[in-house]
Amino acid sequence: MSGILLFVILAPLIGFLINGLFGKWTKPYAGVIASLALATSFILGLFPIMSVLNGHIVEYSYFTWLPFKEVTVQFGLRVDALSAVMLFVVTFVSTMIHIYSIGYMHGDKGYSRFFAYLNLFVTSMLILVLGNSYLLMFVGWEGVGLCSYLLIGFWYEKDTASDAGEKAFVVNRIGDAGFTIGVLYIIYYFGSATYSNVFPRVEDVLSPAAATIIGLALFLGAVGKSAQFPLYIWLTDAMEGPTPVSSLIHAATMVTAGVYMVARSNAIFSMAPIAQEVVASVGAFTAFYAATMALTHKDIKRILAYSTLSQLGYMFIGVGIGAYWTGIFHLMTHAFFKGLLFLGAGAVMHSMRGLLSIDLMGGLRKKMPQTAALMVIASLAISGIPPFAGFFSKDAILGHALEFGHPVIWVVGEVTAFMTAFYMFRFVFTVFYGEEKVPGLYHELHTHEAPSVMTIPMWVLGIMSIIGGLVGLKIGGHIPFEHLVTQIAPNTEIPNEKHYSELILIGTSVTMGLLGILSAWLVYIKKIVTAKSIANTFKPIYTLLANTYYVDEFVAYCIVKPFWWVSEHLLWKIVDVKIIDGGVDAAGWLAGRLGLLFRIFQTGFINQYAYWVTLGFIILSGWYIVKII
Amino acid sequence: MNQLHFPILSLITYIPLVGAILVSLMSENNKKMIRFVTFSVLVIDFIVSLPLFFYFDPSTYHMQFVERVPWIKSMGFQYYIGIDGISLFLVLLTTFLTPIAQLSTWSAIDKKVKMFNIVILLLQTGMLGVFISLDIFLFYVFWEIQLIPMYLMIGIWGGPNRVFATMKFFLYTFAGSVLMMIAIMALYFLNHHFTGVYTTDMVQLMKTPLPLHLQMWMFIAFLLAFAIKVPMWPFHTWLPWAHVEAPTAGSVILAGVLLKMGTYGFLRFNLPMFPQMTHEFASFVVALSIIGIFYGAFVAMVQPDIKKLVAYSSVSHLGYSMLGMFALTQTGMEGSILQMINHGVSTGALFLTVGIIYERRHTRLISEYGGLASLIPVFATFFMIFTLSSIAVPGTNGFVGEFMILLGAFESNHIYGIIVAFGGLFSAVYMLTMYKRVVFLKVTKPKNLGLKDMNKREWAYMVPLLIFVFWIGIYPNTFLSKMRVSVEHLLNQVNRTTVNVNTQESRLQPITTVVVKKG
Repeated sequence: MSGILLFVILAPLIGFLINGLFGKWTKPYAGVIASLALATSFILGLFPIMSVLNGHIVEYSYFTWLPFKEVTVQFGLRVDALSAVMLFVVTFVSTMIHIYSIGYMHGDKGYSRFFAYLNLFVTSMLILVLGNSYLLMFVGWEGVGLCSYLLIGFWYEKDTASDAGEKAFVVNRIGDAGFTIGVLYIIYYFGSATYSNVFPRVEDVLSPAAATIIGLALFLGAVGKSAQFPLYIWLTDAMEGPTPVSSLIHAATMVTAGVYMVARSNAIFSMAPIAQEVVASVGAFTAFYAATMALTHKDIKRILAYSTLSQLGYMFIGVGIGAYWTGIFHLMTHAFFKGLLFLGAGAVMHSMRGLLSIDLMGGLRKKMPQTAALMVIASLAISGIPPFAGFFSKDAILGHALEFGHPVIWVVGEVTAFMTAFYMFRFVFTVFYGEEKVPGLYHELHTHEAPSVMTIPMWVLGIMSIIGGLVGLKIGGHIPFEHLVTQIAPNTEIPNEKHYSELILIGTSVTMGLLGILSAWLVYIKKIVTAKSIANTFKPIYTLLANTYYVDEFVAYCIVKPFWWVSEHLLWKIVDVKIIDGGVDAAGWLAGRLGLLFRIFQTGFINQYAYWVTLGFIILSGWYIVKII
Repeated sequence: MNQLHFPILSLITYIPLVGAILVSLMSENNKKMIRFVTFSVLVIDFIVSLPLFFYFDPSTYHMQFVERVPWIKSMGFQYYIGIDGISLFLVLLTTFLTPIAQLSTWSAIDKKVKMFNIVILLLQTGMLGVFISLDIFLFYVFWEIQLIPMYLMIGIWGGPNRVFATMKFFLYTFAGSVLMMIAIMALYFLNHHFTGVYTTDMVQLMKTPLPLHLQMWMFIAFLLAFAIKVPMWPFHTWLPWAHVEAPTAGSVILAGVLLKMGTYGFLRFNLPMFPQMTHEFASFVVALSIIGIFYGAFVAMVQPDIKKLVAYSSVSHLGYSMLGMFALTQTGMEGSILQMINHGVSTGALFLTVGIIYERRHTRLISEYGGLASLIPVFATFFMIFTLSSIAVPGTNGFVGEFMILLGAFESNHIYGIIVAFGGLFSAVYMLTMYKRVVFLKVTKPKNLGLKDMNKREWAYMVPLLIFVFWIGIYPNTFLSKMRVSVEHLLNQVNRTTVNVNTQESRLQPITTVVVKKG
């Protein structure tokens, strides 16, 4: 088993090396090689997953990576219930998206480079989820960040793409600092960063205050990686990357790493109610805040990006309130339907030659029937309509929020659910229904359905978006998924848990979803009120939303530019050049001047020297005489 | 004599000197031959230095491969050389980097080739001498000797402002050296005063307890000398000048080896000889280091010239090294030494990278490039990897070193660790911004269109560096295990009398009192 587990990681790494080193020659087969590598990883991964389902924990150490005095870190992999879910989601969705990319990236000049990066990404992601210590998680954590940087900036000649990649990396580094601090504290308290040494001892070792500090520091990392407020700003720009990247990295897998990390650290968070409160509140706020921005955006990828932020917010509500399994559950279903939504958007872009604005689209259903059907499925899933996958997971989160005593978060979540359904069906109705908005455009662009190498993986995800939630169905008194995940991430014990009728909870959620769809239908299909008139009625709000609250402008003009200006004009040109270096030069200059002064006496004429000697003699003897007297 | 029964350290040190004599006998016109012979000498030197690694006994802190011959008996001077787990890697780093640097000059240096190669060989002898000397007088001799070849290298083969830069480099470091010399003499006489023996044996001197007020002055003198060499903020301003004007090989050696003499000096003199003062000054040095880490990063960020950017990044990186050292914890100090090696590898590699495009385009301005990824992809890949190593991405050497330093600093004081954890943010900003402007984006300068990708010779000197980036990143134990005991011993030396620091009231009593007491 240890070899199999190692190969789960090595397979994509080998794929990366083949395409990375020999890309020039493997180019025609790069996609196939990468997909095969991933499929191998997926299949091999099933063995440890089966073992976990049978109640085991699979853990192996391979070699000593960091032998420090305070802590020794092994390169060790661990598959337990939590990482098994992640392993499944990551390898499964990645395989689908790799196959899809064969079609999507066809003909790109960086074809093999693309697949090399993609394989490297999966390797890092697997290290992140399978590593058995925080430090190994950090390796994956930075590794996925690096791949995200490389893939966002994949079309590096576009300055927006290069900027976006850099922004993603840099903003993530703020979070990474938090993660690092958390890990430093963990090593300080436990003398280890390995999960199996840390978690069983949490209650003995940590005080609630220490747990809070560690929790908050780690959560800063999660805020960066999972793009929560206020560090979300990189994610929408990340849409500059090729769409499969947005689907895989910026929707299905990498951005959920923060959720995984919080769930992984459940023992610490369960001891720190304040940290939990922060996690849940930030999650709820981001869920709502991002949804408002998704309402007005016109770029299909950015709508989905804001939607991802919002859904990640839900996941953080789940892990923040202490029902860790619900967050992980939503993470999984979200990977299916959001992955699919991005692939669908990619298919649309693919056939629209890269056009992104919903203003140019309409009635695409006729040209792309399969994509349209899949997008409706995915949108129903995200809107929480039963029996689609998103219904189960979102309902689990919101239900637990109420039961665990967070009524405000529950209300926010329900309102957001309404907005979610609205903006998704706004997307679906304007793009796929109605009439062609620009006559002749489709003809000119040869708009057509995507090739089957793209639609088949989409259908697979489509099926998962339909049935993927069924593991959350209560069977014989318990929910299978909950049962699995709570082995590793038990719910926080809440002193006075409230109980509500499930029918009311489900009823509210479903009503919200249906209301959202209905409103979108009224506005965008029936046009009872047009979107324009709504926008005009609420002009200031609309402007604010359409400009995404001017946050990017704020960051650029109030943080980045001043910082740059101070560094250049104050620190460099004044402090460094004028003051510090100027001081050094002044010392040199002074020495030179002193030399000049003394040079006056060094003329080389004997008579002058004799004169100075005589003078000295007179002065000295004069002084001596005076002293004697 | 030593475990090899063979004067291996002398051999390593003087092979380049013999090589220099050999080269001086060759005809100036046969440039190819001169380059080849020099390179061969340096490679042989490297190969000869490898047994140091394999035969090094990691279980003892005692000096190894020792050679000891009386020199000026009446004054106690000896020819006393040897290495421990700290200097081992600096010796190896030197023998490893110099051939690489020399290989990069085969096409870059075309005037006065013979002299250049002689200078590089002499420099090698000087640098190795510094790291192996265990006699304080011998140390000082080598310390000054190696200044001269570097002075010539910048002054003769440098850029347009080379004279100013080299004068600044020389005088600034020399000012520090003079202070050091005074401190060395004081140490010599005080040792006699307290023990009755005239000796320049460093290992002996480390054992001499000195009164605190004297420790303070000597500590300050050494501190200044080494702080200039490292360079620590605010003594760093000679560095951008020197780097910008130096030829590529000069920058590589300067960054890779010469700066390490400063950090090494702290480990050999300040820490073991003045333990109480080390504790007294620790937070002050740490403060300067932290300022250096951030200041270096901020100023690097806005540099228009790639070499200047890398120079300021050195200020930042060596800030980490100093921080780890003065955290005075095992991990911090090991991290500090590892960071020295890492900085030699990564920054050396970055200077070589800059050299590759400089040689083709004769400019180092970031704005003159752009879009290199599509023109010279192999170069872009190497550049990327060294960039990542410089910003300490896990899996590369940079991460291991920086994390150890963070851990050590955190252990010493949580605040240090917390502040410096944010340092990684800014290193990402300056490196990636530079990388983006040079390698990504569209090709805007038509002159770049004809650029040729890396040739075989360039591959040959980049690949070894690449190997170390990952080796140290993935399996650092190879290196850490050899330095552990020596670092432990050093820390014991530093901590040997800390107990007294707080109780000793008479810190500022005049010297006469001390003398009377002793007498």
